[in-house]
Amino acid sequence: MARSNALTAALAGFGAGTLATLANFGRFWLFSLHALSFVPVELVTVRGWRRLLPQCFHIGACSVPVIMLTGMFIGMVLIVQGYEQFDAAGLRDRLGAIVNISIAAELGPVLAGVMLAGRVGGALAAELGTMNVTEQLLALRSMGADPVRHLVVPRFLACLFLTPLLTAYADLLGALGAFGIFVGVYGGPPEPYWAFTREIVQLWDLGTGLIKALFFGAAIGLVSCYKGFHCRPGAEGVGQACTQSFVVSFILILMLDFFLNVVLNGLYSVWYGYRSLI
Amino acid sequence: MSDTDPIIELRGVTKTFGRQRVLDEIDLRVERGRNTVIVGRSGTGKSVLLKHIVGLLRPDRGAVYFAGQRIDTLGERALVPIRQQISFVFQLNALFDSMTVLENVAFPMTENQRGRLDHRKIRALAERCLEMVGLRGFERKRPAELSGGERKRVALARAIALDPPPRVILYDEPTAGLDPQRSDAINKLIRRLQEHVHVTGVIVTHDMKSAAEVGDRLLVLWNGRFIADGPPTEVLQARDEHVRRFVQGIAEPEDLRLINA
Repeated sequence: MARSNALTAALAGFGAGTLATLANFGRFWLFSLHALSFVPVELVTVRGWRRLLPQCFHIGACSVPVIMLTGMFIGMVLIVQGYEQFDAAGLRDRLGAIVNISIAAELGPVLAGVMLAGRVGGALAAELGTMNVTEQLLALRSMGADPVRHLVVPRFLACLFLTPLLTAYADLLGALGAFGIFVGVYGGPPEPYWAFTREIVQLWDLGTGLIKALFFGAAIGLVSCYKGFHCRPGAEGVGQACTQSFVVSFILILMLDFFLNVVLNGLYSVWYGYRSLI
Repeated sequence: MSDTDPIIELRGVTKTFGRQRVLDEIDLRVERGRNTVIVGRSGTGKSVLLKHIVGLLRPDRGAVYFAGQRIDTLGERALVPIRQQISFVFQLNALFDSMTVLENVAFPMTENQRGRLDHRKIRALAERCLEMVGLRGFERKRPAELSGGERKRVALARAIALDPPPRVILYDEPTAGLDPQRSDAINKLIRRLQEHVHVTGVIVTHDMKSAAEVGDRLLVLWNGRFIADGPPTEVLQARDEHVRRFVQGIAEPEDLRLINA
């Protein structure tokens, strides 16, 4: 009897947890659709741009140094990791191309996205969470203003537009950092480094990286704003919202990266066929 | 709709959070141009009641009317014209941190009256409202740079910064956390708004001095229901045990039992 009661309680707990997760998922999509419904209007009105531009500064311009550093160190560490192996295999001249394609198509967007999820996502969740617990969101509603339109849409658009731009910065600094270590530390020849890069790295690789960054930016913007809007009361609630915002954004970035790679690689195979990097 | 009809009416409003019934079939008629004060112990649903009036919360049962129109069934967009006639002074002031004092005060006008009011007129009106609350010269400051009393006064300035002025102002503990002199100044301002601008006020407070000073009518909320209703002088003399204890600031026996235990 006791065993069957425990089983029932466990099943009930599992059921309640599943329902709560599904409800949260549904609320997130309703929230996202509500925000997306304002995007066209905000992009064609002066007031929309007035709200958007300060966010572009906070989310974009203020993230440039950290993104550039991230990109540069990725490039540098890839050369350090790969030089001896490639040199031993007689493929030293091709190392630059391999590193640059890794940065452009994969590491640049993913690591820039993760950095932004931490720096921007956390800040957005904290800012909106604090506004939530100090009744500022209610105050907006009480004045007839839509908090989603005023607060979420500009932040979402800034994340959407600027994540690819910041990824391009990360790619550029990654390539330069790698080149600096390749030539400056290991004494590799500069001409073949760029020649093979030109030959192997295609616009497609750069484009797929930037397309992925666009999705990562959208995910960071929507998840962070949702977590801020739905945080629990008090400092603990705001703290949890920040943590959850980063964790969910991070997982989403990895999942999106996987599915986008599957789709984009499939499209490449259909349109261009197989290509060898070596 | 005649002048004697209530501007706000709650009929049988019930609101439950989890297992706690916060409002229990509340009936309330707020008369135009008068200040109605609601007092009660912390957590008895006073702020919840205010939020029902402006549609920020919806009742589980019952109906809410503003100027004869039922509003608890309206969607967010349909509520906008109603909300443009009601100002809300929040307990925590709810000033927007990212804006200056002037931008905060001008916000309701820039949001709702753009097109009808040009930028210069909005600015002039916002400055006049700041002058009314004694905060000229604070226009460029941010809320974080202000003291608690100054923030409260900015919130009041924002509440009155509409052209025409709001028909109703809801005050959620307007004197909470202020020193007696600042509280007195806020009370006088609430009175002045009612007498000179004929704004209907609904004031939620714990401050009995403030309640007596600003109220034309005083209600005591207890366990989700009103247990006293009348002019402040009458309610302050009421014989009901709970009312008497509340207005005199004497703890309830069950609270004392908990402390002794």
